[in-house]
Amino acid sequence: MTTVVGTRLITYREAINEALDQEMTRDPSVIVMGEDIVGGAGAPGEDDAWGGVLGVTKGLYGKHGDRLMDTPLSESAYIGAAIGAAASGMRPVAELMFIDFLGVCLDQIFNQAAKFRYMFGGKAETPVVIRAMVGAGLRAAAQHSQMLTPIVTHIPGLKVVCPSNAYDTKGLLIASIRDNDPVIFCEHKALYEEQADVPEASYVVPLGEANVVREGSDCSIVTYGMMVGRSLEAAALLEQEGISCEIVDLRTLSPLDLETVTESVENTGRLVCVDEANPRCSIAADVSAQVSRDAFGSLRAGIAMVTAPHTPVPFSPSLEDAYIPSVDAIAGAVRAVTS
Amino acid sequence: MSEAVGVVGVVMPKWGLSMTEGEIVEWLVAEGDTVIVGDELAEVETDKITGEVEATDAGVVRRIVAEAGSRHRVKALLVVLADPAVDDATIDQFIVDFPEPPEVEESDAAASAYETMAVGDLQIRYSVLGEGPAVILLHGFGGDLDNWLFTMGPLAEHHTVVAIDLPGHGQSSLAIPDPSADGLARVAWAVLDGLEINDVDVVGHSMGGAVAARMAAQQPDRVRSVTGLAPAGLGPEINQDYIDGYVAAQSRREMKPVAAVLFADPSAVTRAMVEDLLRYKRLDGVPALLGGLSDVWFVDGAQAEQAQVADELAALTKPTLIIWGAQDRVIPASHAESVKAFAEVHVLDGAGHLVQMEQAGEVNRLLVAHVGSGAATTP
Amino acid sequence: MADNPFPLDREGLLQAYRTMRTIRGFEDRLHLNFAKGEIPGFVHLYAGEEASAVGIMMHLRTADRIASTHRGHGHCIAKGVAPHEMMKEIYGREGGSCAGKGGSMHIADLDVGMMGANGILGAGAPLACGAGLAAKHRGDGDIAISFIGDGASNQGTFLESLNLAAVWNLPTIFVVENNGYAESTSRDYGVAVDSYIDRAAGFGLPGISVDGTDFFAVYEAAGEIIDRARNGGGPSLMECEMVRFYGHFEGDAQTYRADNEVADLRASRDCIALFRGRVEGAEVVAAAEFDAIDAGVDALIDDAVASALAAPEPDVSALMTDVYVSY
Repeated sequence: MTTVVGTRLITYREAINEALDQEMTRDPSVIVMGEDIVGGAGAPGEDDAWGGVLGVTKGLYGKHGDRLMDTPLSESAYIGAAIGAAASGMRPVAELMFIDFLGVCLDQIFNQAAKFRYMFGGKAETPVVIRAMVGAGLRAAAQHSQMLTPIVTHIPGLKVVCPSNAYDTKGLLIASIRDNDPVIFCEHKALYEEQADVPEASYVVPLGEANVVREGSDCSIVTYGMMVGRSLEAAALLEQEGISCEIVDLRTLSPLDLETVTESVENTGRLVCVDEANPRCSIAADVSAQVSRDAFGSLRAGIAMVTAPHTPVPFSPSLEDAYIPSVDAIAGAVRAVTS
Repeated sequence: MSEAVGVVGVVMPKWGLSMTEGEIVEWLVAEGDTVIVGDELAEVETDKITGEVEATDAGVVRRIVAEAGSRHRVKALLVVLADPAVDDATIDQFIVDFPEPPEVEESDAAASAYETMAVGDLQIRYSVLGEGPAVILLHGFGGDLDNWLFTMGPLAEHHTVVAIDLPGHGQSSLAIPDPSADGLARVAWAVLDGLEINDVDVVGHSMGGAVAARMAAQQPDRVRSVTGLAPAGLGPEINQDYIDGYVAAQSRREMKPVAAVLFADPSAVTRAMVEDLLRYKRLDGVPALLGGLSDVWFVDGAQAEQAQVADELAALTKPTLIIWGAQDRVIPASHAESVKAFAEVHVLDGAGHLVQMEQAGEVNRLLVAHVGSGAATTP
Repeated sequence: MADNPFPLDREGLLQAYRTMRTIRGFEDRLHLNFAKGEIPGFVHLYAGEEASAVGIMMHLRTADRIASTHRGHGHCIAKGVAPHEMMKEIYGREGGSCAGKGGSMHIADLDVGMMGANGILGAGAPLACGAGLAAKHRGDGDIAISFIGDGASNQGTFLESLNLAAVWNLPTIFVVENNGYAESTSRDYGVAVDSYIDRAAGFGLPGISVDGTDFFAVYEAAGEIIDRARNGGGPSLMECEMVRFYGHFEGDAQTYRADNEVADLRASRDCIALFRGRVEGAEVVAAAEFDAIDAGVDALIDDAVASALAAPEPDVSALMTDVYVSY
């Protein structure tokens, strides 16, 4: 039977499910584990009761059975087990339900998985993918809404991916599973229902390649995740004011496609970095410093950064809405550097 | 439509099947300029491509209606051309009377434009546009039916235009059970049969040109005329580096210079174009499929024996049109020599291998004049 | 009135009932109002578990400290956090226990010894060790309690805390509120030991297991181990085997539960109904007195909701405040 290649509108969440399904079909060494990723383990009700807390892995159990494993509520133990299995020839995809839970398993990720290849003189491979939900917007409050991409980006030995749309999500997850290094795959929970045209066939979007999602001539906006959509909205407003924005969606935070960023800045002369993370040591700060180092001569104005404030994520909806960088804040920053 | 004599409204064209609107980037003429047919009037940008709107008639540019920087729907009035003797009041009235362009949702436009048909085990994507005698358009190696985005609209004014994605290409099934010219030609005939189209003018670009010729060889009674745009099969030379580069390219950095080889003007390669190419190239199995296809059509850096079409075309005695871009860096324009004895040959300056995109206006005029010039021999 | 066979006097019995009934009323109302879409974010309801919180907390002083779970409303109310402030917090309003900046999962009130509900499962256990250590230094017999679910009882932080409390002989008590489910995953699947008493023994501290729907069983067992802790006898692990009536979170369809499971549990293991039945049956408190408490609680909850809805949203300036004590 030949592969159907049509594209159809599916959601970001469905794209993740499809990537897992197709890779599990293709490669028997791929296993998927996490809390409630099937749901109902040992309980008298339905099998596959949840398929993940937000239903992302629903339906996979019926197709792949025991290669999906619900775990006890113990991240340091099961993330560590996924890492050990990866060092022993398997390709596990482990779910860290919320990246905010990074704290309880950080040692396994940053001291073990990230460092095996280096510490063992190039003789180890750790092909593990750790999927984690990131981001604010669902009123889930301080401990379930963070954008901790800077923390994992900082660690040598880890790769970090954060797609902004369903097409990139499927291709990047397939690429991450096929990658032989540990990958932290960050899924923005507020984007789960966003749709895009996605091929039914398997495909890859390579890690380490940024995507110019909008071409422009007056200012470069460099961003990722949910902020890509907001930047596009800001760019549409600014177009009416005669300001033409180019938007670079980083897609992979580590390794970073700095070349695409500097090419863009060389064309426009202005840079605004938009980042949902807190400002200190953020992706925005990192990109700004690197552009300053590599393309200073092309800059016609100082670099602006639009980030969340240096606070935890507040609960009350009006406060959370003020926390997340807004379309107006992005547009304001562009106006400031182009005035 | 206005009844005013000697007044012509030039409208936003439809490039490709999903275009619903375009933006005027800049006007290349000013009010008062005299233009002839084919003169470039304005540069227009869509989501997918930037191109030029050409004058469809001779006349004086009397009123520029659409400002630079503005967006307009397909068929919206952009500029009014007229004889200098026509007075301003008539021009004003023409503009007032000019019909509003229809609203079409972009998703509706795209959805209704593409269809699929089962051919054996394969799903073949195709689209049909217009009414009149049928013309089939066949793209080349690694291409898809959107290669014809400047061609379909103009041709569809008086023809039924059928464009297909060959097996292994575009959004047809990712398999090429029979990659020979015969196999691909049979798939094309199967699509026409499925559409209950009996007689057709065949048009092919590059590898598709050889396939078009083979269609005529397989069922000559159903073919009125043959057109090859930089077709394969008329000579041994092929830019194997380009083919190999295209098969191997997986990143934007790799693909951009490869795509640039297709054009006389490399700046025609936009980010959107490279992204579209990559989305196809990154589908599982595509590089292997194209590598296999290349192994059949191009052997030891030369076009393979099975694609030697010049003799075949000579024997068919169909009205034959060959168009080449003078700056073609994939298949040399000199190959046109091999058919000069019996075919109408045009080598166009300012165009590379994708001649139907870089000299769209001229190609369309030649094509429209050519199709329907012959007649099928079965009633 | 008949003789009182219970370990609490009449006043105590009424207070126990009132507190449990307040928790139940609070959670039932949240269940309804959440379904109406009034409440932002997520809530995790304690309905069905009241006997654990109240049976234990009735032994505590204000200065004793507790660390709670994500399912913290019951612990809050039992420890003395004001329901009106809790309701405002859950609605994200000014005047909430956390000024609207924490939400349901992070309600705290240190003035009454409530160190906070916690969105990180197992994170409370180390915090309770710290509180126990401070109490031990003060030397006035205060204790700390870490509440934890069956799911989180597998967290490394919890297991490490058992060990630490035993090593340092801390006045910290670990209460495993085993309602049978870690989100959708059953306790039987997720916990290797058959009994938490075994787990306690494995970590070197005494363990006890009670029926968490039996208020008096909880109260008596808790009393013993709390006394021991107060008197320098060190930590214990107590399991309350109980039931939750609602889902893991509001919106959970609970398809992992058997078809009539919740209905059966409400019919046979409702800790409040069981309590009331025993006390009325012993004729120590009359039905009318319980009914009056019911009415009072309903009015209290009505008022808490009304005041929450009337309270303003926090001023946007609150976004930036209280990150540090001093800047």
